[in-house]
Amino acid sequence: MASGILVVFNQEGGRVRRVAYEMLSLAQKLAPGSITALTFGEGADQVREAVGRYGADRVILLSSPTYHRYSSDGFAQAVAQAVEAVDPEALFFPANAWGKDLAPRVAGLLGAGLASDCTEVHRREDGRLGAIRPIYAGKAYARVAIDSPRQIFSLRPNIQAVEESGRAADVLTVDPGLDASSFQAVVSEVIQSQGGQMELTEADIIVSGGRGIKAPENFKVLEDLAEAVGAALGSSRPVADEGWVPHSYHIGQTGKVVSPTVYFAVGISGAIQHLAGISGSKYIVAINNDPDAPIFKAANYGIVGDLFKVVPALANEVRRIKQDA
Amino acid sequence: MKILVMIKQVPDTATKIRLNPGDVAIQTDGIKWVINPYDEFAIEECLRLREKFGGEVVAVSLGPSRVEEALRQALAMGADRAVHITTDAALDSLAAAKALAQVARDEGFDLVVTGKQAVDDDQAQVGPLVAVELGLPQVTVVIKLEVDPEAKTIRAERELEGASEIVELPMPAVITAQRGLNEPRYPTLPNIMKAKKKELKPIALDSLGIDTTPVVRIEALTLPPERPAAKILTGEPEETAKELARLLHEEAKVI
Ligand SMILES: Cc1cc2nc3c(=O)[nH]c(=O)nc-3n(C[C@@H](O)[C@H](O)[C@H](O)COP(=O)(O)OP(=O)(O)OC[C@H]3O[C@@H](n4cnc5c(N)ncnc54)[C@H](O)[C@@H]3O)c2cc1C
Ligand SMILES: Cc1cc2nc3c(=O)[nH]c(=O)nc-3n(C[C@H](O)[C@H](O)[C@H](O)COP(=O)(O)OP(=O)(O)OC[C@H]3O[C@@H](n4cnc5c(N)ncnc54)[C@H](O)[C@@H]3O)c2cc1C
Repeated sequence: MASGILVVFNQEGGRVRRVAYEMLSLAQKLAPGSITALTFGEGADQVREAVGRYGADRVILLSSPTYHRYSSDGFAQAVAQAVEAVDPEALFFPANAWGKDLAPRVAGLLGAGLASDCTEVHRREDGRLGAIRPIYAGKAYARVAIDSPRQIFSLRPNIQAVEESGRAADVLTVDPGLDASSFQAVVSEVIQSQGGQMELTEADIIVSGGRGIKAPENFKVLEDLAEAVGAALGSSRPVADEGWVPHSYHIGQTGKVVSPTVYFAVGISGAIQHLAGISGSKYIVAINNDPDAPIFKAANYGIVGDLFKVVPALANEVRRIKQDA
Repeated sequence: MKILVMIKQVPDTATKIRLNPGDVAIQTDGIKWVINPYDEFAIEECLRLREKFGGEVVAVSLGPSRVEEALRQALAMGADRAVHITTDAALDSLAAAKALAQVARDEGFDLVVTGKQAVDDDQAQVGPLVAVELGLPQVTVVIKLEVDPEAKTIRAERELEGASEIVELPMPAVITAQRGLNEPRYPTLPNIMKAKKKELKPIALDSLGIDTTPVVRIEALTLPPERPAAKILTGEPEETAKELARLLHEEAKVI
């Protein structure tokens, strides 16, 4: 009988995103059944120790040259082969660009149901797994059941604390017997964006600017606060549309949906499309000079005041507190 | 080139979500329906490809009678004709993809384009599922597309976290469109008039002979928990900043 969870994730040169450990930690909590990790590419062999530490009993390392360049159709076939070998009750993928490309492809091959971008996966009374996932970018939450024999979930980063298990993962050898020359869509080049900005969907703290910052050069006021609190930078849509910041900063219903511990909304009015994208934040802090701005209704903390005075003062205060600590 | 663009009609992004107890779908009375924003990028890209290489752009949508309006709008933007898979049933992504793929299969296309994600259900699945169903390769979240109809190849740039990647693949293929790919055009008045005469063919979902039993079922919907009343600070910037920093440090314990 199918049991256990197959946790599929990407790695680059042995570097693994935290969401992989989050998925393993969640899988541990959902036992019974063994947890198998699966990853691809050059450097995959280096992740064995870490995946064991965070809960994997076994690990499949597809590190041969066949898997050095990502291919959605090729990798999906490889995952399907691993599913044959492991026979898990469920598969986890990260809900990042990589996982959201691959998971539905695997779901299609297996004819299995997929719940995307889940914020919770739980054990139901009937013994199967169920999930909670935001819809309308977080304006509502759906509890979903997956009725196919095999269940697939993609998990939003930052929804699960990372917990060590002290396990050691055995290497499970699976050869999907695929030939890279049969892969159709193949990545030929990766282009890193300048700056090395921390990824918003994985960030613990976000400092986000709206039209209230008035001009692109004023963004450095926010950069200073971001540096003081250790945050990634984001923005409302108009600020990105104006080209004041890269498109990747855009948060909201038609941009990134984020779930940090703290979200600083600075000079952002709080339009419904923006609020949708930040509703998963634990704390929302609003800084706005209009006491009637709708953002204050969505916030936990707020300051009514001129951002150009408040933000630098806040950055200084945070630095002082951190120094004392 | 023969191109199929898939468009979903969704509630306007300004919609406030309303639920009655026990609902597994939102209250839709009074909702303004629009084309899924990402699908506008999809339509625009298809029109540009046709303008460059010739051929035909066909729009398809699955849903109740109201989705005709979305298809008319796609026709007004410049699509040549439209197919409406009619149903009042709510399908899950897999069933929707099977139905949409059936239309694609019956006609045969060089390229199928969808939005990267529908802004209502946010599943981001239909494009890849259609691709698997048709046995085609895919590129998702595309921000730049180069097509060579002679060589039958595609070179696409897709967005990643803090990076992007170039994907090369053969045609036919499925592409999902992301913001940044292009700037969608507005329908002009003459084109809106012309669109009224373009073909919009209804096909009953039942006639496609697809098993639409859902594998993913919504069991309950809830609204996000209300946040406790905010602590709003007013006064001198230095003082409010100091108090906020204290609250974040001592009360919320986040810095
Ligand atoms: C009353 C009601 C009940 C529902 N119950 C369920 C349920 O129990 N389980 C469940 O999983 N879903 C349910 N849904 C949502 C379901 O109907 C979705 O439409 C379906 O899952 C496909 O959309 P998606 O959000 O997955 O699309 P995505 O995969 O996010 O869409 C990506 C792209 O695919 C294309 N596309 C998607 N849908 C269509 C379409 N209909 N026509 C043309 N192109 C399309 C578009 O180009 C779109 O940009 C319900 C909806 C309603 C209204
Ligand atoms: C289809 C569609 C999709 C959309 N999707 C998104 C989305 O995903 N994300 C998104 O963000 N928006 C989205 N929008 C746009 C959204 O409706 C709003 O227009 C937008 O969020 C407003 O951005 P803003 O808050 O930066 O600007 P404004 O609404 O102009 O707000 C600026 C704020 O700054 C304050 N301010 C000004 N000066 C100062 C100062 N010196 N100190 C302090 N405060 C100051 C003002 O009081 C005001 O509240 C979408 C719109 C549509 C139609």
